[in-house]
Amino acid sequence: MKNIRVIPRIDIKGPNLVKGIHLEGLRVLGKPEDFARYYYEHGADELIYMDIVASLYGRNSLRDIIEKTAREIFIPFTVGGGIRTLEDIRAILRAGADKVSVNTAAIKDANMIREAARKFGSSTIVISIEAIKEPDGRYLAYTDCGREHTGIEIVAWAKKVEDLGAGEIFLTSVDKDGTGEGYDIELIRRVSETVSIPVIAYGGAGNCEDIVNVIKDGKADAVSMSSVLHYGVIGNKALDESSFQSEGNITYLKSGKVFSKIEPHTIESIKNSLKASGIMCRH
Amino acid sequence: MKAVVVDYHMGNLFSVRQACEQVGFESVISSKKEDVDHADAIILPGVGAFGVAMEHLKKNDLVDVLKRNIEQKKPFLGVCLGFQLLMDRSTEFGEYEGLGVFRGSVKKFPARVRKIPHVGWNTLRVNEGNASCSRVFKDIGYDEYYYFVHSYYVDTREDVLTTTDYEGFSFCSAIAKDHIWGLQFHPEKSARQGLKLYENFFQYVKGINR
Repeated sequence: MKNIRVIPRIDIKGPNLVKGIHLEGLRVLGKPEDFARYYYEHGADELIYMDIVASLYGRNSLRDIIEKTAREIFIPFTVGGGIRTLEDIRAILRAGADKVSVNTAAIKDANMIREAARKFGSSTIVISIEAIKEPDGRYLAYTDCGREHTGIEIVAWAKKVEDLGAGEIFLTSVDKDGTGEGYDIELIRRVSETVSIPVIAYGGAGNCEDIVNVIKDGKADAVSMSSVLHYGVIGNKALDESSFQSEGNITYLKSGKVFSKIEPHTIESIKNSLKASGIMCRH
Repeated sequence: MKAVVVDYHMGNLFSVRQACEQVGFESVISSKKEDVDHADAIILPGVGAFGVAMEHLKKNDLVDVLKRNIEQKKPFLGVCLGFQLLMDRSTEFGEYEGLGVFRGSVKKFPARVRKIPHVGWNTLRVNEGNASCSRVFKDIGYDEYYYFVHSYYVDTREDVLTTTDYEGFSFCSAIAKDHIWGLQFHPEKSARQGLKLYENFFQYVKGINR
């Protein structure tokens, strides 16, 4: 049997959890480690932290977040964003992360995947792929949160990272990210059917049906989402006020408005929907 | 109780140590023979390739020390690669000899298994006939989930404690014999029931040192 993993993704900017649309236009939602602990306690199968700004300035706070998380949370967690060298990988694993997620550096030098897999083990190397659909129907890889065009075709790239020793692929549809319009099923299916390593689908989850669809039709091995869960935490007032930072753009949170296409959910409600659709998962 | 978490440069030891401390062990991460000899319990974690792991153990002069301590009945917990290393041999990237505590070999999942590595949460089929069963799973239900990540599995008939099914393929997911516990999954990454397994190991170590 195979159990589908439900993996909350937590985007980090400096000390804050943020969320944008199309990987841009960030809003501050709260403290990443508080959300992480909440998801851990409520049945998350893994966690992903993505340092989406990854400036040198923010790296110390990222390390603090990793160390704190590793002390409190006994499920696997992956850290990505701004990883350039094998030394960066070593530092993140040493701080207590179980896996790293690499995008830009792998595209610049694909051999890095082979070296990293040999040095740290395939299972610790997740390759993040950010895809944008072209008008002609092809999917191309982008880097730097969907800003930099590479001209690399997604399916061929996915196959190559598998051959070089990547353990998993974290596959984002930049077009769908933050929209709540549903995952890009075609993108996920093309990649998942091509490679024989697990594919984690991300980008576009607006409700439980979207999640069921990307597993059934998109053949995703794991599903990741952020807004549906974060808004669930905020809507249920599951965390106290101190988790919501005074810094940044949070006024919209207090207004109680969320994007109309995104239904707030909990991990439990997502897993109940999976089970009701005959999809196996840990519960 | 002192536990040594054996450091042979194979993977993240931080979370193993964290789990040890959480359940009451004093723990040290070390590759020194003396620390292995002086500890009340040995924990051999690890992720990565079997051959590389054996090389690192040899380089640190740890092979004989581990074997001797196991022979002298010191409690031993092998996790993931640390469990696989207890076998005779592996066919991962060539033929390698393991610690040879159990007769069995480490093999790649067959080609009919579609997605490798086996990553994620899975359940155990517990062999209640194994004498260590009630000790390992004390106060833990048999239907709990544990976190796995591996491309190779242990093929053995000896002292099987649990088996697990992945994409229709059944493999040995834990072994237990007297003072030796070997787990293919990662209890330190398996939430509450994983920590409970560490606690059961701690209680066992405490019990025999009383």
